[in-house]
Amino acid sequence: MDNKKELVVSAIENGTVIDHIPADAVYKVASILNLSLHDDEVIIGTNLESKKLGKKGIIKIKNKYFKQNEIDKIAVAAPTATLIEIKDSKKVVKRKVEVPDILQAIVKCINPNCITNVEDVQTKFKVIDKHPLTIQCHYCEKTQQPAMH
Amino acid sequence: MTTLKGRNLISITDYTKEEYIQILDLAKEFEANPKQPILNDKVVASIFFEPSTRTRLSFESAANMLGARIIGFSNPAATSLQKGESLHDTIQMVSSYSDIIVMRHPRDGAARYAGEVASVPVINAGDGANQHPTQCMLDLYSIRKTQGTLDDLHITMVGDLKYGRTVHSLVQAMCNFKTTFHFVSPKELEMPESVKRHVKDKGLNYKEYTKLEDVIPFSDIIYMTRIQKERFPDPTEYEKVKDCYVLDAATLKGCKENMRVLHPLPRVNEITMDVDKTPYAYYFQQAQNGVYVRQALIAAILGVK
Ligand SMILES: [Zn+2]
Repeated sequence: MDNKKELVVSAIENGTVIDHIPADAVYKVASILNLSLHDDEVIIGTNLESKKLGKKGIIKIKNKYFKQNEIDKIAVAAPTATLIEIKDSKKVVKRKVEVPDILQAIVKCINPNCITNVEDVQTKFKVIDKHPLTIQCHYCEKTQQPAMH
Repeated sequence: MTTLKGRNLISITDYTKEEYIQILDLAKEFEANPKQPILNDKVVASIFFEPSTRTRLSFESAANMLGARIIGFSNPAATSLQKGESLHDTIQMVSSYSDIIVMRHPRDGAARYAGEVASVPVINAGDGANQHPTQCMLDLYSIRKTQGTLDDLHITMVGDLKYGRTVHSLVQAMCNFKTTFHFVSPKELEMPESVKRHVKDKGLNYKEYTKLEDVIPFSDIIYMTRIQKERFPDPTEYEKVKDCYVLDAATLKGCKENMRVLHPLPRVNEITMDVDKTPYAYYFQQAQNGVYVRQALIAAILGVK
């Protein structure tokens, strides 16, 4: 089992593997990263066995490395995720994603009367609690659980 | 002493305890001597994207007594906003015509955004259901004036504590002082958890009640708010509770000598007229104090005091 997993992970020579995604967040992660527009190989696996999560998802994206803002989005959608960057078939970086203290242009405000939902204003939230993720809108000041864009 | 010159006032949490005190002291000066032509060369923009006659007149009266010119609008239907101009563009335009902007807007967070767009300071005169910091400052002024202090008071809040933004802001502000809070409301309109947690986090105490009579003997301030029928999904639930939170002169029997009744106004029926004649009624003076507090804020932010 472990060997097989290793095999699939190293199946891409260059690119990123997002591992340990909660099974129910796999498609959300794919969507917020706009992976449907990626014109190289993308492998999405879900409901895979995981000791830590029970069931997990994994996404492999060939020839793609993510910017910090995108990694922050992954952290919000899938707080347990691990990011593995591969260059020339070698794992060069492996790290857990972390929710930043400020979420800028990552999620939208749940308050329909918030100015950010009416005018073209970039959203901004202060993270009040990371478990469970609780944020406060910089504009309308409403405390909420995040809703992804 | 920190300076308020050039700063926005969007939310009550933008100011420190020391800055509240600075404004209250300055307001006291204006109460003693309200007509001071210190803003002769200044233009105050008063832009009201929704009507609020009471707040607008109070601000404009304050600006007038300081000798400032006032520009603006109180009826957005008559402006280019009706043609779909963005708040961003309106604020940019108004910034170029004025030294300070006083803004009321129906959207939550509009004031914070305006403060970021404007090249001159912005005072929030109410943004949707979010903040109304000058109301809170005049409440603090009224409490200090009637009690001689802001420390060690028993502050009671009555009515709609769930949706009432004035009570939420007042709790936040009074958490800077050694306050004991008493919250009186129907179950449906209880103080939100987030506000109660804030009180606990500050190391202060609160108690909750459903009956107004229970808090009369020990309250220093009774802050009344209106219970709106629209807040109840079931109108019969409203009928059940509406009279429980009406303050009349008889209910006040046995209250402390120094106790004063406050209300953000306008009242509907939650304080009966017979209370007006008692020495405990303070809501009309409270509204009057709003002018001095707004004078103080405008003068301090423009850096002339
Ligand atoms: Zn918001």
